[in-house]
Amino acid sequence: MQRAFKSVGSFLLVILLTYLGLLAVTFFIGRVIPIDPVLAIVGDRAPEHVIARVREELGLNKPLWEQFYIYLSKVLQGDFGTSVLTSNPVMQDIRRTFPATIELATLGIIIGAGIGVPLGVWAAVRRGGLVDQVVRVMGLIGYSVPIFWLGLMGLVLFYARLGWVSGPGRIDVTYEYTLTTVTGFLLLDAARAGQWDAFGNVLSHLILPASLLGYFSLAYISRMTRSFMLNELAQEYVIAARAKGLSETRIIWRHALRNAMVPLVTVVALSYAGLLEGSVLTETVFAWPGLGLYITNSLQNADMNAVLGGTIIVGSVFIGLNLLSDLLYRLLDPRTKQR
Amino acid sequence: MNSAADIAPKESLHNWLMSDRPQSRRQAALGRAYGGWRTFSRNRLAMLGLAIVIALVLIAILADVLAPYSPYIGDLRTTRLLPPSSAHWFGTDDQGRDIFSRVIHGSRITLYVVVLVAILAAPIGLVVGTVAGYAGGWLDAALMRITDIFLAFPRLILALAFVAALGPGIENAVIAIAITSWPPYARIARAETLTIRQADYIAAVQLIGASPWRIVLRHIMPLCVSSVIVRVTLDMAGIILTAAGLGFLGLGAQPPMPEWGALIANGRLYVLDQWWVAAAPGAAIFLVSLAFNLLGDGLRDALDPKGVK
Repeated sequence: MQRAFKSVGSFLLVILLTYLGLLAVTFFIGRVIPIDPVLAIVGDRAPEHVIARVREELGLNKPLWEQFYIYLSKVLQGDFGTSVLTSNPVMQDIRRTFPATIELATLGIIIGAGIGVPLGVWAAVRRGGLVDQVVRVMGLIGYSVPIFWLGLMGLVLFYARLGWVSGPGRIDVTYEYTLTTVTGFLLLDAARAGQWDAFGNVLSHLILPASLLGYFSLAYISRMTRSFMLNELAQEYVIAARAKGLSETRIIWRHALRNAMVPLVTVVALSYAGLLEGSVLTETVFAWPGLGLYITNSLQNADMNAVLGGTIIVGSVFIGLNLLSDLLYRLLDPRTKQR
Repeated sequence: MNSAADIAPKESLHNWLMSDRPQSRRQAALGRAYGGWRTFSRNRLAMLGLAIVIALVLIAILADVLAPYSPYIGDLRTTRLLPPSSAHWFGTDDQGRDIFSRVIHGSRITLYVVVLVAILAAPIGLVVGTVAGYAGGWLDAALMRITDIFLAFPRLILALAFVAALGPGIENAVIAIAITSWPPYARIARAETLTIRQADYIAAVQLIGASPWRIVLRHIMPLCVSSVIVRVTLDMAGIILTAAGLGFLGLGAQPPMPEWGALIANGRLYVLDQWWVAAAPGAAIFLVSLAFNLLGDGLRDALDPKGVK
């Protein structure tokens, strides 16, 4: 019991340190690297007294550690400053754009895990067979192809040539004002309101970018599932189950896969985090009004508050999922409790 | 008879290299390299990867000779947005520039980024990892905690933020990628160091009175290099993709530099009607990343017999 307590304590310490590290790095990026943040705001033609006043307002005349302390307390209160581009508080912008990113990444991971896990199991069972080769090639392509390029080519083929899906954006203009948004997740909103034509429209916009993200997580998940399953299928309990006369289906799906599930959960959590991050490029290609597009638009307008706010949010979710997967691993695998 | 004479020296060289009892340090080193090469060259996909990487290097060196047109100047009146043809293999872009020539010149930038990131990030990782592993104690704990923190960061987003602060440009993109890519190397180097640290020869060097720095630099680091090289090769694809992503977002190489990611960004404006502007540079990125992945897999199998399944 005491040992469990201790491990939870050290775990919390790791979380704290990691978040502190993230905030320190963003502080460093925002305040220390730019030669003069004041010039970035007022420009180099501002009169002397304006520069002095802005310097005062930003607290730049204070020592660095005090600046960091102020920065920390502000960020922890959810105050990322005001976006120069939209002149809204950055937090408000993030709240508006983040659901679009989550919707995209979630559908992506559902596609990725939903297809990737069975495919990986199949590849492991028929090792060296056709499915195994397909999984290997898909993995290689997934690790090598630039996601934004594949997205563009997908648009050319499925939108411009074949017309199977809708183009860039989240929803057609026709539906944009008739659909009442409550949650910010357009699929849910449309389903709640019973506007099934809007639902179909949203889905036709969503399906191509989501499949694209899904493919990238599928490439990773199926490869990992395969190696976990190969590991499990070589264990003695599988031989024992065979000797007992259990059906092969039962052995694979009920016994082996259940044990492989433990590391798989962490793999899925990690690739979900990867999709949230990978959405920066995907959203740019598909003009998807999510957090990634918000960050890149802010970047192009040198809107540092918005960039850093977005970085902190994506970074926090990323770190959170990273650590959560670690925690889940410890919770799910009884062997890790022994230590 | 003639053929037998040809084979004989080859056979003896083979035997000399594969000898169980090397007479000199050089023979042992050459023998190891030869054995590794024999494993590596049997892997046909890895050889393909190596061939593509060598081709990339040659193309980058000979870009001026190979490119049929100037990568920077096109004819706006006659050659704007032409589809692929025998005169322009990959078509032309909105400025009338030959895309084939631009992709060829872009190989230089890709190579530049990859080499520079490797030179910057690998030594940082090596030093941090070996020092942490050899020193142990609080230094190890502190360095590894920092490494873990960096490992938990989203790489692309962090690189984006760095470039946003430093200003766009190819050098800043390289710095940003290097800063975010050293932690895995530190992890690997530390793990290797921990296995080496207790070896008898390290104890012997300590008895002779070598300083800790000398032990780390001369006796531990050389043994960690091969596994770090494997990891760097496997990471190359990721580095190329990140650099291309930064270029695509307009944060890497600036126009008119023919960086492949930036070429795709340019092609994006015309992609629905003139798909070829974006197609060729993306295919080039894909091919080179794939080559580094295949090469890395082959190197891992050749240099690290433990990893072979």
